[in-house]
Amino acid sequence: MSGTPTTHEHIIKSYDTELTRLLAEITRMGHLAGEQLAMAAAAVEERNSDLAARVVEGDNAIDALEHDISHDVLRLLALRQPIARDLREVLAALRIAADIERIGDYAANVAKRAMALNQTAPMRPAASLPHLAQIAGGMLRDVLDAYRRSDAVAAHEVWKRDVQLDMLYTAMFRELLTYMMEDPRNITPCTHLLFMAKNIERIGDHATNIAENVYFLVHAKPLIEERRKADDTSLLVN
Amino acid sequence: MTNLNLAVAASLNVTTPSEQATSVTKITARNLNFYYDRFHALKDIRMDIPEKRVTAIIGPSGCGKSTLLRVFNRIYSIYPKLEARGEVMLDGENILDPRYPLNRLRSKVGMVFQKPVPFPMSIYDNIAYGIKHYEKLNRADMDVRVEQALRQAAIWDEAKDKLKGSALGLSGGQQQRLCIARAIALKPEVILFDEPTSALDPIATGKIEQLLEELKKEFTIAIVTHNMQQAARCSDFTAFMYLGELIEFGETETMFTRPSKQQTEDYITGRFG
Repeated sequence: MSGTPTTHEHIIKSYDTELTRLLAEITRMGHLAGEQLAMAAAAVEERNSDLAARVVEGDNAIDALEHDISHDVLRLLALRQPIARDLREVLAALRIAADIERIGDYAANVAKRAMALNQTAPMRPAASLPHLAQIAGGMLRDVLDAYRRSDAVAAHEVWKRDVQLDMLYTAMFRELLTYMMEDPRNITPCTHLLFMAKNIERIGDHATNIAENVYFLVHAKPLIEERRKADDTSLLVN
Repeated sequence: MTNLNLAVAASLNVTTPSEQATSVTKITARNLNFYYDRFHALKDIRMDIPEKRVTAIIGPSGCGKSTLLRVFNRIYSIYPKLEARGEVMLDGENILDPRYPLNRLRSKVGMVFQKPVPFPMSIYDNIAYGIKHYEKLNRADMDVRVEQALRQAAIWDEAKDKLKGSALGLSGGQQQRLCIARAIALKPEVILFDEPTSALDPIATGKIEQLLEELKKEFTIAIVTHNMQQAARCSDFTAFMYLGELIEFGETETMFTRPSKQQTEDYITGRFG
């Protein structure tokens, strides 16, 4: 019963309207965060500080949406007393909104550092960053689609993809280290790039969190599976 | 909020405009006191019931919520030693004034009780009986009125094939919707519900609650309920009463998320005592 989304409507129709609205708000918020990430990546690629500034400013809209979603969740909990799948829908919405809000923050951080990076000489490893952002953005897009369709299988697929992002991040980490060792003048831009790459890697982690919430929403149990962590940079010594 | 935030909020229609700002008052109670002989049951009630909205009245047993509801159609006046003082204005006229015709009041303010009480007659006659009291209609017009009332009360589909059958053969939930149809048939402006679902199962209760959402498009509704969750689910405004006093009145969403009085918070969170 918990595995498939129910097709029956509530006897009280406005309940359905409110739940549908919540889903629409989350989807909208997720799309905004995805656009922010793509724009931040473009700002790096094109060395466009104006675009980066727009991304930083645009984060407010995502924060405002999270605020609205929190309000709607509070209202639903207080006035509708959701139970069973309805309760998981409401809890998932609250958690997913928090994940998307963080994703928005990371996109804004990437944009902020892009502005600093644009003041230094172009670095070759910067070219890898948009690719990293593309993969994270794809994960976000697909997990939101899985959420919209209550598709736990699709969510699980996204969850598994995080390993690719981790591997790319680790590769970039190593590459940046070599640049820093080569010439100490590279340290400033490389450090920025390192943080930017880490921000994008974290976006992937939040996309997997969303996937876990979709899984929980559908199956009423947590997604427990050993995921191979390919980000071993925190263990590196040389 | 920045302009951008406001723009996003507006485009999503996620901000709910204040209900109070957009509603007109239908019933106004001022300095309302009620006595059961020497017992002072309602104390200086001051309250505005908004038009075409659902107003729930909650509070512990004996707080005066049913008494307040009953004042709104002077149903108490059939008993001796009961007395209401003060003002209850309905469309600008004081219904407590003895000169206000009771017949007119009853046609304007309908009532549905806790226990469904269909008359021991056919479904059709249950509806037609009240109408005949106020209007002379020919058979065809009466048929239309009966169907209209049954449809509005969301019981037409279940009743249409047995209009001549006894109303007592209906289930509890159906009987209650029949009683609602009977009230609607008189084309009232206000409908009072006194614990309308306390004798019903959750499905029948859900149907009545959905019905309230439909009915408020046309009628002003006041409902007394012991069930706080029901007040939360189906009302736009909530009044909390305690020991004959109106402690707090406000938009239901506010009352159930951030009430301003400690007594209200204690009651709705189950900390009363």
